[in-house]
Amino acid sequence: MAETVLACTDLRKTYDDLVAVDDVSFTIGAGETYGLLGPNGAGKTTTISMVAGLLEKDGGTAVVAGNEITTRSTSAKAAIGLVPQDLAIYPDLTARENLRFFGKLYGIGDGLNARVDEVLDVIELSDRADDQTKEYSGGMKRRLNIGLGLLHRPELLILDEPTVGVDPQSRNAILENVERLGDEGMAVLYTTHYMEEAERLCDRIGIIDEGRIIAEGTRRELVSLVGGRDRIHVETSGDTSSVVASVTALDDVESCSSAGSVLEVVAVNASRALPEVVLAVTRAGLDVQSVDVSEPDLETVFLHLTGKALRE
Amino acid sequence: MRNAITIAAKDLKERLRDRSAIILAVVVPLGLAFIMNLTLGPITEQAFSTGVAVSDDDGGAVAQGFTSVLEEIEEDGFIDVTVAESEADARIRVADDDVSTAYLVPEGFSDAVSGNQPASIVVVGNPDQPIGAQVGKAIADGYVSEVNAVRLSVATAIALGADDLAGLASAATLQSSPVTLGAGETEGRGFDFSTFYATGIAVFFLFFTVQFGVLSIIEERESGTMPRLLIAPISKQSILAGKLGASFVMGVVSTAVLWLATTLVMGADWGASLGVVILIVAGVAAAMGLTAAVATIATTAEQAASITAFIVVVFGVLGGTFFPVTRVSGVFEVVSRVTPHFWLMDGFKRLSAGEGVVDILPALGAILAFAVVLGTIGLVRAKDLMRT
Ligand SMILES: Nc1ncnc2c1ncn2[C@@H]1O[C@H](COP(=O)(O)OP(=O)(O)O)[C@@H](O)[C@H]1O
Ligand SMILES: [Mg+2]
Repeated sequence: MAETVLACTDLRKTYDDLVAVDDVSFTIGAGETYGLLGPNGAGKTTTISMVAGLLEKDGGTAVVAGNEITTRSTSAKAAIGLVPQDLAIYPDLTARENLRFFGKLYGIGDGLNARVDEVLDVIELSDRADDQTKEYSGGMKRRLNIGLGLLHRPELLILDEPTVGVDPQSRNAILENVERLGDEGMAVLYTTHYMEEAERLCDRIGIIDEGRIIAEGTRRELVSLVGGRDRIHVETSGDTSSVVASVTALDDVESCSSAGSVLEVVAVNASRALPEVVLAVTRAGLDVQSVDVSEPDLETVFLHLTGKALRE
Repeated sequence: MRNAITIAAKDLKERLRDRSAIILAVVVPLGLAFIMNLTLGPITEQAFSTGVAVSDDDGGAVAQGFTSVLEEIEEDGFIDVTVAESEADARIRVADDDVSTAYLVPEGFSDAVSGNQPASIVVVGNPDQPIGAQVGKAIADGYVSEVNAVRLSVATAIALGADDLAGLASAATLQSSPVTLGAGETEGRGFDFSTFYATGIAVFFLFFTVQFGVLSIIEERESGTMPRLLIAPISKQSILAGKLGASFVMGVVSTAVLWLATTLVMGADWGASLGVVILIVAGVAAAMGLTAAVATIATTAEQAASITAFIVVVFGVLGGTFFPVTRVSGVFEVVSRVTPHFWLMDGFKRLSAGEGVVDILPALGAILAFAVVLGTIGLVRAKDLMRT
């Protein structure tokens, strides 16, 4: 494996009774893109805040490029670039001024102007670089938010759900950017609750739930956890929550979760389970509107491991 | 240090872009100073240089005492006293619009006062100079109150040619202590009104201007940029220093602009430059301390701004930035001393009256004490402010 850029060991954070991050450990090598995949409230932001030295840890260590990071670190933080979940740009300044300001704080000296131009090019804001950012669209602000994170060529770039609330076009542009960064040799830590993003971008994925990493590996490794199982997606005419218990009790069904009129089922054998599932649904007085059987994916893995759907 | 300067420069640039800061720091105070100077200044100044005539048909000690009081006030430049040959002469001067007020001291006045008998000075006002006549009457009232024990009475005839003087005199008998014009306090320090408005407004607005720097710490938290500052390879101290530096520059520059503009345009005279600079710097320090202390108890920038506005207005009134505190007395005067505004105004008053740096040291000490006490409260909790 390539040189280790980030090594987290037993990271821990508690808020009163709530264990937000529970002994989380993982490593990321140079050129590797690592995904933290988990639902809202799983502890993703809390984990990366400790990695970036923003948040005091209650336990564990985070070592980035050979230096341990704490909230009191200064120069060691230069190895990290963070793209926060919420926009962090100055509305009264232009994109160029935003970039130059943070570039100075990161001690980029001589090459600053050239580097700023380069980043503006990458995030496709060159032609609007001298407009105040409060005049930008949501997607443009997001792209600048990312540009600020990679400006100083960090060894580790952390992106916290960078596509939330972004239109499909900007989203695609962001994903392409991230793919390129991994190719350039940067270590990338990418958090998301969209399994398609994790599948597309990440070399390795850690599935996180309730503060714990419950499974880790490549997409292929994770999917193999659910073995020869199948995923059954059933759309019905009404609320499916009352059906969950009876479907879960079926012999060939491993787990089942309900999201409104949709039922997500992980089955050991789809061809045998499917008629029984449909029967259970109709017995509950619901009409089956569509059924979709597919190969297992990360969604299935999450369902298999937690009994919950990734998205609420 | 370099990082602190980078942050301060960024903050100042943001403030310049966001015009509301400049408007509040410079445009509004300057406009207000000009308006107050135009509307209130000239009237008051004209009133103080009004002409009065006095006829003394009595010639006794008490009557002469009154004339010498008038002459004292004349020395201060507020009135121009003419001693008339007779009562008739004095009335003619009012009729001819030479003077705004004539004081007629009747024969037997001194004896009556000494003998504890009813006595009166007749004040004849010139309706064409109403303000001068008001001031003239107020001066007489002030004198009357000084010799209140003898129940002197003043008869006032604002209208020309009032014949029934005796009737008027009894109608205008003053029993209680009248309002004093305060010959003793608008006093001869030469603290003119242009300068009073200029410095008062500058001190008042300084406390608003300075808060922007400190509040920007909370604003960065609200706008989500604080995490970016905190993950940058810089110390928290340099973030704090940058914010305080921006506050300092804004406070000093805006006050200096007001100083320059009111001097050039309104003819204000702030006094010895060195003293003015020292006072401005001390004032900025006190204002920074105040906003820092407020920032620690507020959860949002908006909340901090409202708390600051409340404190600044109360302190501004108590501290005499709108009107001289020396005109009031009692509890109010004591309370006013626990505001940095009072001491700033005290310092500026002294400088404007030609006193030197040494004379403002007590005021300076008080202002810096505020800065240190409030600033310490703020700094102790500054680390808490620097979070996401
Ligand atoms: N400052 C805080 N105080 C109390 N609880 C918090 C705080 N920050 C996060 N949490 C809780 O910690 C858990 C993990 O939150 P977070 O790391 O933001 O999740 P994610 O980023 O995966 O959505 C959540 O239950 C959240 O409510
Ligand atoms: Mg999050």
